[in-house]
Amino acid sequence: MRIDKDLVAASATPLVLGILAEDASSYGYAILKRIRELSDGNMEWTDGMLYPLLHRLERLGQVKSTWQTSDQGRRRKHYALTEAGRQALADRQSQWAVVSETLDRIWHTRTQLPAIPQAVTP
Amino acid sequence: MSEHQIEQWRKHVQRRATLTNDDVAELEEHLRGQVDDLIASGLTEDEAFLVAVKRMGSVDELSREFAIEHSERLWKQLVLTADDPGESRARGRDLWLAICLGVGAALSLRAGLAWLDEDVFVRLVSVLVLPWVVAYFAWKRDVSARTVVSVAAGYAAVAALLVAYPFHDEQSDTLLLAVIHTPILLWLLMGVVYVGGDWRSGRRRMDFIRFTGEWAVYYFLLAAGGGLLLALAGATFNAVNIDAAVFLFEWVLPMGAAGAAVIAAWLVESKQNVIENIAPVLARVFSPLTVLLLVALLIAFAANPDVIDVERELLILMTVILVLVLALWLYAVSARPPQAPAGLADWLQVVLVVTAILVDLVVLIAMASRIAELGLTPNRAAALGLNILLLVNLAVSAWLGLAFVRGRRPVAALERWQTDYLPVYAAWAAVVVVLWGPLFDWA
Repeated sequence: MRIDKDLVAASATPLVLGILAEDASSYGYAILKRIRELSDGNMEWTDGMLYPLLHRLERLGQVKSTWQTSDQGRRRKHYALTEAGRQALADRQSQWAVVSETLDRIWHTRTQLPAIPQAVTP
Repeated sequence: MSEHQIEQWRKHVQRRATLTNDDVAELEEHLRGQVDDLIASGLTEDEAFLVAVKRMGSVDELSREFAIEHSERLWKQLVLTADDPGESRARGRDLWLAICLGVGAALSLRAGLAWLDEDVFVRLVSVLVLPWVVAYFAWKRDVSARTVVSVAAGYAAVAALLVAYPFHDEQSDTLLLAVIHTPILLWLLMGVVYVGGDWRSGRRRMDFIRFTGEWAVYYFLLAAGGGLLLALAGATFNAVNIDAAVFLFEWVLPMGAAGAAVIAAWLVESKQNVIENIAPVLARVFSPLTVLLLVALLIAFAANPDVIDVERELLILMTVILVLVLALWLYAVSARPPQAPAGLADWLQVVLVVTAILVDLVVLIAMASRIAELGLTPNRAAALGLNILLLVNLAVSAWLGLAFVRGRRPVAALERWQTDYLPVYAAWAAVVVVLWGPLFDWA
């Protein structure tokens, strides 16, 4: 199943914040691998677009970055969640909860509607 | 792994002005990680490289996305990369457009001077010149017809009001205040066109603030150069006994001053990377000096509190000082890399703003009784209103700045406050232009 582009874009920030909340810090490629893994490859990103997003979060003070050296001896930029980032993640989570609950309800009632007359007739 | 291919990819990406070396290193690290994983899953080196590059996305789109996020970089490097074929042609066209519009501004000012009553001309100076700058950006930004029409309607409304208002005479204070505030209002209105109609975006508003600072510097440089040239021409004609004063001061000076407004805008647009953001540099140089000035003022007030009472125009001077402090603060903040941690310069800015607030409060408190006693003249009311607006801005700025240097808030919060506050000044200028005359009986 392909997920609509707008939906991917809307969920990008909470996804990245959520993944960063899992570990002390992470780097771009690992974050992307984790997204593929969690969504069973259904959420397709253009890899490069992750970085402007990370930089934006850094500007807003939600993540902090440090340069570290990878096992292969390459320079790698690590990102870690800040206190403000944790707060933002909590905000996003409650917003998404409302959205998904609302959708749930409407889909739930719609599937139930035809069932009501059957329950009354006997 | 095919180092050669990665090398070529890096060179290709590095040509993009909006990507720094650190960004490229970050992307390259990603690419290498992806290639390694793909090879491990059974692809050949070439296949792995192709897939990884494809997944990374088109470099054009990527650099555009980086440009949106890092608009302060875009600002420094707006000039397209040298290997762009359409570039030199586009810049040539741009120059001609700027020259034509500059001539238009010069001619319309000169025509106004020749055909309008002096009284009406004084009211309309900025209405005669600024539309040409608006036209330049309307063309540059390719803004929608709706935006152009609304801004034009705003200009027309201001012009109509200024002409229709029955100010007492040429010297009346309300007229003078309207004339001073009109360019501010019109300039901020022009900002809507400058940001391509996207006036809700805080980051685009910041670009407009940067533009304003650079424009002022360029205009000052052009004025200084033009002034020197005029003086030389006058002296030379004098030496050969030709009286050129009328030609120089009634034709060359006003037309040059009007045309320079458009040319300065063009210079900021196209030469940004030559003089790299001079306004922030000036802000950094003058911030410590201004702190010294303010501290000296505080000491003077403390040593002799009576001095505050003597000078009635102290309030106006204080307001000008606050404008200066705000400008220093804005340009220092707008130019700092948003990710950089707080440093000494940021502390200095906070000290600057806090001392300015202190000095202003001392003056306001000392003058409160005095103002009540003397009554509110149009001048004093305008100065007091602006003073309070600036004080609110600076107080919140100081608070946010302090939170920033202590690591509590990102500098983005400070930027947002400044860009959110911008319409307040436009509203204030509009209030003074529109209401001051009727409120103070056209005095």
